[in-house]
Amino acid sequence: MERRDFLHLGAALGAVTLPTALGCGAAPKGVAITPGPSAKAPTAAPLGAKIVYFERFGVDAAMIHAALAAALSRGGDYADVFFQHKVSRSLSLEDGEVNRAWTGVELGVGVRVVKGDQTGYAFTEELTVAAITSAAKIAAAIADGPARDAPTSFHADPSPKPSRYELARAWEQVRAEELLPLLTGLNERALKADARIKKVNVGLSHESGAILIADSSGRLVEDLMPMTSLWLGCVAEQGGKRETNAYNVAGRNGLDFYSEERLARVVREAVARTTVLFEATPAPAGEMPIVMAAGSSGILLHEAIGHGMEADFNRKNTSIFADKIGKSVAKPFVNIVDDGSVEHARGAIDVDDEGNVAGKTMLVENGVLTTYLHDSISAKHYKTKPTGNGRRESYKFPPMPRMRATYMQPGPHKKDEILASVKKGIYCTNFSNGQVKIGAGDFTFYVKNGYLIEDGKLTRPIKDVNIIGNGPKVLEKIDMVGDDLQLDEGGWTCGKDGQSVPVSQGLPTTRVSSITVGGTRSDSGKGKKS
Amino acid sequence: MSELLDVAKRAIELAKKKGASDASANASRAREVEIGWRDGKVEKATEATTRGLSMALYVDGRFTSVSTSDLRPEALERFVEDAVALARTLAKDPHRALPEPKLYEGRSKDDLQLFDPSHATLSVEARRDFAKQLEAGARSAAGADALVSVTTGTSSSHSTFARATSNGFEGEKEETSFGAWAEATTKDVDGRRPEDWVSASARHHADLPAPEGLGREAAERALAARGSKKGESAVTTLIVENRAARRVLGALLGPLTARALQQQQSFLDDRLGKAIGGKLFTVTDDPLLVRGLGSRLFDGEGLAARRLPIVKDGVLASYYVDVYYGRKLKNAPTTAGPSNLVLAPGKKDLAALLADVKDGIFVTGFLGGNSNATTGDFSLGIQGFRVRAGKKAEPINEMNASGNQRELWKKLVAVGSDPYVWSSQRTPTLVFEGVSVAGL
Repeated sequence: MERRDFLHLGAALGAVTLPTALGCGAAPKGVAITPGPSAKAPTAAPLGAKIVYFERFGVDAAMIHAALAAALSRGGDYADVFFQHKVSRSLSLEDGEVNRAWTGVELGVGVRVVKGDQTGYAFTEELTVAAITSAAKIAAAIADGPARDAPTSFHADPSPKPSRYELARAWEQVRAEELLPLLTGLNERALKADARIKKVNVGLSHESGAILIADSSGRLVEDLMPMTSLWLGCVAEQGGKRETNAYNVAGRNGLDFYSEERLARVVREAVARTTVLFEATPAPAGEMPIVMAAGSSGILLHEAIGHGMEADFNRKNTSIFADKIGKSVAKPFVNIVDDGSVEHARGAIDVDDEGNVAGKTMLVENGVLTTYLHDSISAKHYKTKPTGNGRRESYKFPPMPRMRATYMQPGPHKKDEILASVKKGIYCTNFSNGQVKIGAGDFTFYVKNGYLIEDGKLTRPIKDVNIIGNGPKVLEKIDMVGDDLQLDEGGWTCGKDGQSVPVSQGLPTTRVSSITVGGTRSDSGKGKKS
Repeated sequence: MSELLDVAKRAIELAKKKGASDASANASRAREVEIGWRDGKVEKATEATTRGLSMALYVDGRFTSVSTSDLRPEALERFVEDAVALARTLAKDPHRALPEPKLYEGRSKDDLQLFDPSHATLSVEARRDFAKQLEAGARSAAGADALVSVTTGTSSSHSTFARATSNGFEGEKEETSFGAWAEATTKDVDGRRPEDWVSASARHHADLPAPEGLGREAAERALAARGSKKGESAVTTLIVENRAARRVLGALLGPLTARALQQQQSFLDDRLGKAIGGKLFTVTDDPLLVRGLGSRLFDGEGLAARRLPIVKDGVLASYYVDVYYGRKLKNAPTTAGPSNLVLAPGKKDLAALLADVKDGIFVTGFLGGNSNATTGDFSLGIQGFRVRAGKKAEPINEMNASGNQRELWKKLVAVGSDPYVWSSQRTPTLVFEGVSVAGL
């Protein structure tokens, strides 16, 4: 098993639903998913919090009690049950027609038993007391002590729960017919925008997710988690050459996310990013300064420091940041956060998948390494509070520390002065993927579009080049940070130990004084044939 | 008839009742058990039986696909009804249809031995013991005191699957797979913690290698990576270790698909019958390998599985043509996607290859990077060792290799005798001359 951690853009197939596509025969007709219980009734929940969403599946306090009792049947420090229902839909346009759609339903429950830093886990897709208690007994095998009592009543926690992605209109209420013109319109606009565009692919997906977490301390947390993404890919031809590129946008949003302004930007960016490739020259090879454009360049943080700050790697002593808390790792104007609270961001969560409120966590404050990203296991290990980073892909997996929206706060410099400061280097504007080795600290990100910087000016475009550096070394070499922070609107997905979760990232214009650019043109004079 | 085939056939009846003119359905169930072990004890134990149903629906010349884990009858009925209604809102697609039934014919009668009944009797204790021995192996490596953490694990999967279509296809399979892995982390003088891993997978538990050796190799690899340095940018020879070579070969899989060709996103467009690499470059897609991790008697669309030459002596011999894009391209389908990829091995082992090369870089792993399917441009982070005087020398890191796939395979000058057998992509060690690497 290759345990690497990576990030990639735009693969998440989300999806939609008609009211009845919930796949739930027991549901009252046309049931609308409303915001979480505590959002509407923040004072609710003194005795026995109410299960709102999952009631339609027959989930009640008695079922949860039975599951937790079985989970705690051999002791254990802590147990939780995680119910999930997610309905996803995607529509695709190819060769001018929206002629395919995909709908997926995930429904299941996972049971976790934690003893120290050991985890027992099992799940089932049958929401019956028998199936869930059977799964719970399997998870319980991690422990070997006397049974503990399971809670008999539950309290909503947190109360009130944050509400960061409430939709004016739930995806369940949006009919496919409303979306089709959006896809065909983008196709026409992209083809019209530039005669060199020969093929267009459009994908629109949306999902309605619901989770219910109940744990051995009697906490009960429900959350509704919408998501949508739109992808526009172009194939262009010029003088017998072909190039492809794409642009995408994503967030925990509804149909109103697709404003005219956003759609126009999607077309403009997809077309420009594709056609500029015809002018691109091979990227240089070797060490040089780079300037990261504001926005999706946050991939630098995700790989250079984000994964290394996930507390599981640190409590295991396998991260390069394992002994650096409280130490200066960057210039004093460098402030890096991981933030679950950015409204409607793809990486936003109200609560993590252990039910803890997700706030804003400082990874680096004034250049000093401050806080790891914790789940409940690592928080206990470090005798601190969980930071709301315990996330999981689905009910099929136990949670672990994961990023949410990771970005750098604005710094003292101006974009123009940063670019002007570089005699010879590259400006990175658009990325497809990245990866990191947690222990050695080496990381990469792949630049789809960029420019050469010569004597402080952007000269020729470059394309398709990987950049490789070492996390702590690169943090030290961040020597200019702009005042123009942008959180990228793209659909980033982060993979770790076989689990994918949606994330966001952002950066102000940032200079790294030296890093290896993996091109082929060694015109720096350093490259030589060996 | 098995229960799952019954589920698939009933799903098709349901789809037709709800208005689909044709349909296919896949029903699956899998029991998965995994033990993660770290530093002397179980870290994570997971076990579950998962199930699912996926369908393709053909409705009045239109198409949609669905998948669900919610198999309650009333939920399923509603779900299919909604999917049919959704399909009716879409544009017609004359190229969408089930495969011609004659493509289902000629299924091999070979016993591929993909099922190991010992799965059911493999106890939790035996699994833990295997993971424990993996760690013991790592701890037995020379210099193991320098390890800061060892994580190991074992996993197994027992899956059953059935597929049926409304034009007469029926197929079932029952398979097992077993995995074992070890990851070791050590500490460098400068605070870096180099890590490396080994893993193995097999259809039969008895085919897994002895755990001690696997664990020891993980530790030795991590320990050998200490003191790695960035080398100079250069044009040099890359010797790509067998397990890492999968990444290089994998970059061709996307551009080989009919979808990429039809969507004009393949640098291999119009290359059929032409040289795309050197004479040593021969790749076969072999679905009928006994105990192969990618073996199958029928592909995802039900087509009878056959050996398919992909590249022969450097000449492109076949694309992966599925039924839909085959129709769009007016090409006969071959198969929708890879089974086992076998890159024909050579005669020399790794030591002999290194000795021949004399000076270059031995690549033991790639880090990130990508390959552009449309243009063939690639750029990949590399780790490994310098090769000096025909021998593995000091470790390197923070370096990158770049070029174009159109040129790369023409620079394939040697192929090892050592195919990596723990994967469906059986690549030997590959030697490429004249590759641009970036470093200092």
